[in-house]
Amino acid sequence: MSWFDICALDDIPQLGSRVVTGPKGDIAIFRTSDDDVFAVDDRCPHKNGPLSQGIVFGKSVNCPLHNWVIQLDTGEAVAPDVGCTHRYPTRVESGRVQLTLGKVSL
Amino acid sequence: MQKLKLVMIGNGMAGVRTLEELIKLTPDLYDITVFGAEPHPNYNRILLSPVLAGEQTFEEIVLNDLAWYQENDITLHLGRRVVRIDRIRRKVIADDGTEAEYDRLLMATGSNPFILPIPGKDLEGVIGYRDIADTQAMMDTAKTHKHAVVIGGGLLGLEAANGLKLRGMDVTVVHIGEWLLERQLDHTAGELLQKSLEARGLKFLLPQFTSELIDDGKGRVSAVKFKDGTIIPADLVVMAAGIRPNTELAEQCGLACNRGILVSDTLQTYDPRIYAIGECASHRGIAYGLVAPLFEQAKVCANHLAMLGYGRYEGSVTSTKLKVTGIDLFSAGDFTGDDDSEIITLSDPIGGVYKKLVIKKDILVGACLYGDTADGGWYFRMVREGQNIHEIRDHLMFGENVIGDTGHQGHNKAVNMPDDMEICGCNGVCKGTIVKAIQEHGLFSVDDVKKHTKAASSCGSCTGLVEQIVLNTVGGAADVKPKSERALCGCTDLNHGQVRKAIREHHLLTIPDAMRFMDWRTPNGCATCRPALNYYLISTWPGEAKDDPQSRFINERAHANIQKDGTYSVIPRMAGGVTNAAELRRIADVADKYQVPMVKVTGGQRIDLLGIRKEDLPSVWKDLDMPSGHAYGKSIRTVKTCVGSEFCRFGTQNSTQMGIDLELALSYMWSPHKVKLAVSGCPRNCAESGIKDVGIIGVDSGWELYIGGNGGIKTEAGEFFVKVRNEAEVMEYSLAFLQLYREEGFYLERTVHYLHRVGMAHIKNAVLEDAERRKALHERLLFSLSFDSDPWKARIEKEELKQEFRRIAVTELEEATL
Repeated sequence: MSWFDICALDDIPQLGSRVVTGPKGDIAIFRTSDDDVFAVDDRCPHKNGPLSQGIVFGKSVNCPLHNWVIQLDTGEAVAPDVGCTHRYPTRVESGRVQLTLGKVSL
Repeated sequence: MQKLKLVMIGNGMAGVRTLEELIKLTPDLYDITVFGAEPHPNYNRILLSPVLAGEQTFEEIVLNDLAWYQENDITLHLGRRVVRIDRIRRKVIADDGTEAEYDRLLMATGSNPFILPIPGKDLEGVIGYRDIADTQAMMDTAKTHKHAVVIGGGLLGLEAANGLKLRGMDVTVVHIGEWLLERQLDHTAGELLQKSLEARGLKFLLPQFTSELIDDGKGRVSAVKFKDGTIIPADLVVMAAGIRPNTELAEQCGLACNRGILVSDTLQTYDPRIYAIGECASHRGIAYGLVAPLFEQAKVCANHLAMLGYGRYEGSVTSTKLKVTGIDLFSAGDFTGDDDSEIITLSDPIGGVYKKLVIKKDILVGACLYGDTADGGWYFRMVREGQNIHEIRDHLMFGENVIGDTGHQGHNKAVNMPDDMEICGCNGVCKGTIVKAIQEHGLFSVDDVKKHTKAASSCGSCTGLVEQIVLNTVGGAADVKPKSERALCGCTDLNHGQVRKAIREHHLLTIPDAMRFMDWRTPNGCATCRPALNYYLISTWPGEAKDDPQSRFINERAHANIQKDGTYSVIPRMAGGVTNAAELRRIADVADKYQVPMVKVTGGQRIDLLGIRKEDLPSVWKDLDMPSGHAYGKSIRTVKTCVGSEFCRFGTQNSTQMGIDLELALSYMWSPHKVKLAVSGCPRNCAESGIKDVGIIGVDSGWELYIGGNGGIKTEAGEFFVKVRNEAEVMEYSLAFLQLYREEGFYLERTVHYLHRVGMAHIKNAVLEDAERRKALHERLLFSLSFDSDPWKARIEKEELKQEFRRIAVTELEEATL
């Protein structure tokens, strides 16, 4: 499983996100207020809204198009909406955010 | 730490709601034990009538199934009646000997039907109407017997009578009043109701006094005898002559009772370890028998059980609705009135419509509607808010007139809609789906419906219809609180007014500080409360509070409007809708250079470049070399103008220049919601000033100002505000009003709704009657605006602000294979 170096942790604002181009479209990388970092496909399962542009709270993001709430740690939409967006494992090593395309081990 | 023990006596709606609220606040504080005399989990008692009428089943009205108790680790003793409370040893004892100790005891014993103290009251076939067992008894009797007599012509009695009739019985309603529902209706309306029920085959005897129930010789009732000596046959007698709070246990253990267990504003009885809630409790002399107030009590009670220690219950305004399908009856507040009240009535006996509004000192205090209850929710809201109705008195009787809402085929009454009729045009939700969700999930408020169905969660234009559906489905239990009383969101119990007050009084400057100070339940709020907090902070403390971009919706963070494909639209400022050749050339060049898919003239007299990629925004702005038009924010939008006296042969004033001056003065202003202005040069009103937040119309002798207009979801004509003499006054009065709105409007409340909430008199008082106050408001807006500048320019010039627009490129990742 290879890790890609993306950016410094501080390149992502707290409760914010950045977008990186992945092999299959954009990947949104989020930073929570506790400095947890999550990466998911930048497409809402509803109508492909760019999740990177949403408001981040707790471990969730609000899709900017129709207000679906996506949980960043699972990729799942919050009820009553049903859907899932693909997520990627991340880690922070000496202040650098890294991402892998491998399977998520939960 | 060992958990405290909480015991609840009674397993009904008020009690279980308290537990739900408590578990939400603090899931682990208590070991909870519940005693329920009935063998059923908590069900929706108000829906027993639809069950009796055959419209719903018992299963459908269960609110918390057994799994819910299990999931929340609640020990549930069903079918066990508590017979004694030992306050010394702090334990309760049930009829089968089961005991439970408590640290806190919650009494939710409800009420008992009032059984007339007449001979024969204990015969077989004589019942009250209170629970599932009674309902089942009625349904069983209907299969085997013919004659039913219902004693009591109140809401419950009529619902019972209607249900028994539908189940094939011959039903007579006996009532001691002169007319039906004499507490809810006056004589005229009562007769209308009686006529339509008679048309369904019900019989009425009134006024009539029951004196005896006659034995058939085998211990079953066979007839009812009245004071005047007449006798009618009866195989079933339903006593629906009122309820009495069930205080037997409380009295037995020495708690103070007086038509209910006496409780304080924190729902505590005279023994501070013991709380009482619901129909058994008497608060400030009132024992409520409706569900909505009980839910309000539940919230407060849970708060104190959770040891949070704030929140007081101060009584409720109530509304009722008769749940007999096809008959619309709604009443709210004090609908009888007294010597000090004024009454407006509309009576159409042939059409079967009767409406009565009770007004006291320009405030609507009660309403009673028969035949047409579409505006019930609207009146109820006004009664609860206590807003001044002086200005709308003329129209009050004719209702909210929701016709004009878009996207609902002009319909304004949910009652008559078929189930497949689309209510929410944004999310495609039909009436049937909403009704089903309300019934299946036990919903009581529009917010609940939003969460479960998405109806009314987008543009909100169908909120009124959804509210009607909630009212029609669950009746008086509906929680139709006005926004001013509702919590900001699930993260707090405080409402908008309270949040803003705290920010002002305690000089709170950042979102984390505000959340900490107000005990926010979530670590960093949600997408609903953070933008609101951000606005309240920066508008209350301009220059001190710092704007938080992460708490802004993307449009306000990126200073452009996000489109469905993730691209953005760019609208530069064109003050007053006036442009020139140089600007147009630059716009054309940008359209070419960035291959803009669409260039469109907007409704606000400017030019929109659609389909711009986010990373291109700063350079597009630089090439345009025009300031932001703020076409994306809860902020000033545009000032629309007509040509005016400079060119137009009808123009009386230079409306174009007035509009330009206003738009430049208001540039970059943030507000609770978007703000649009228009200036017309003559009463022909080509700039459509009548549907703007501030609309200005030039006349020969000066300018007229209108406020609270809106051309959107629901078309609202602005109300005349003031006539002024010159341009300087237009500026001062408009800006003063807008500052008042900025200071008092709730986040996402348009001027029209703000105006309706506070009343025109309040606004006139602040802006027109007090010159000093007007000037101070004007000054405060100018002060606030002095901290704002063109956000586009800032993002062209400041490197650190460009991060928002930059993508991260990692070549190896881009080229990796999956």
